[in-house]
Amino acid sequence: MRYRGPAVGALLHEPLDLFTAVFHRPSGATHLLAEPAPQILAALTGKAMDLDALMAALAADHELVGATRAVLVERLAELGEAGLVEVR
Amino acid sequence: MRHRIGLRVGPVSFRIGSDRQAPIEQLRALYAGYPAPDRDIADHNVRLEAPRPWRRWLRPQVRVAGDFELPGAMPLPARHALLAAEMAMNLQMALGHRRHLLLHAATVERGGRALVMTGESGAGKSTLAALLAARGWRLMGDEFALIAPDTGLAHAFPRPVSLKNESVAAVRAAWPEARFGPELAGTPKGTIRHLVAPADAVLRMDEPARPALILFPRFGAAPEIRSVSPAEAFVRLTEASTNYVAMGERGFQALTRLVREVPAVALDYPDGAAGLAAVERCWAEL
Repeated sequence: MRYRGPAVGALLHEPLDLFTAVFHRPSGATHLLAEPAPQILAALTGKAMDLDALMAALAADHELVGATRAVLVERLAELGEAGLVEVR
Repeated sequence: MRHRIGLRVGPVSFRIGSDRQAPIEQLRALYAGYPAPDRDIADHNVRLEAPRPWRRWLRPQVRVAGDFELPGAMPLPARHALLAAEMAMNLQMALGHRRHLLLHAATVERGGRALVMTGESGAGKSTLAALLAARGWRLMGDEFALIAPDTGLAHAFPRPVSLKNESVAAVRAAWPEARFGPELAGTPKGTIRHLVAPADAVLRMDEPARPALILFPRFGAAPEIRSVSPAEAFVRLTEASTNYVAMGERGFQALTRLVREVPAVALDYPDGAAGLAAVERCWAEL
């Protein structure tokens, strides 16, 4: 399974306390995301990668607390449903 | 249309036409002192017309037409034509206005800073705005807050304040010299009466103000004041905006800026006096 993130410049991010407001330019939709969704989107922006590569990319920039592969797959599925990540 | 009025309210202008004289005369009284549209060009057109020609005489009714219409909207009795005109102006704004982010909110100003109060119908925002105006705050509007995307400033849109049921008497008692439009009994929202906007609200309608506090009032509840996080305020204000989606990226930037820069408070209050005292307390703590 490979995951493709939004194109560079497709998202506007505005951190608001515990959440991040995200505006998706191609669809005009607004999303309010909690961690780790904004970090996943940042790692995937302009790229496509598999789960192992994504785990490694997230671990390089963040301390992963309780981040199992199963949790990550769940979050990616949610981002896929929201139209922010392409899953194939 | 045989009878017409053109008027400008802050940055927005309207032309309203009717085949009956009475609603236009009522609008002239409510909007006395408002300027005409610049160069006689209106942003929005509203028509109050009889649904069928004979209805004008047999059972007078009025239906609303204009640049934007709600298909299937029921006509109102002709005696409520003033309400129809106000609703039609709101509809044109909600569906057609793109220059500002529109929040369904009442706004008042003091010392160059704006207090933006938003909430569902019945939350008491119009009543609070009228009571605050009675105490010297400048009324900037009771229906829409207009937030400029480029500056973040709130622009005034001071139309007559629509007061319902018991709030009419409450405002009368607090402000004996206030002027009102005709009583509109038996409307879908009960008895409605419009408070004429105070003279300084009309004179200063072109003076914007920097938002300083966002308030989510709730009338009829035990008194409580609670700070609202920027994320919660963002969600509530997207719901309170009539054109957030249509504004696209500009709406997102205007709204995120607003909730980042301006503190927000949820205020439950049991009556007008308690509400006023709580607003003043929140304002003093800024």
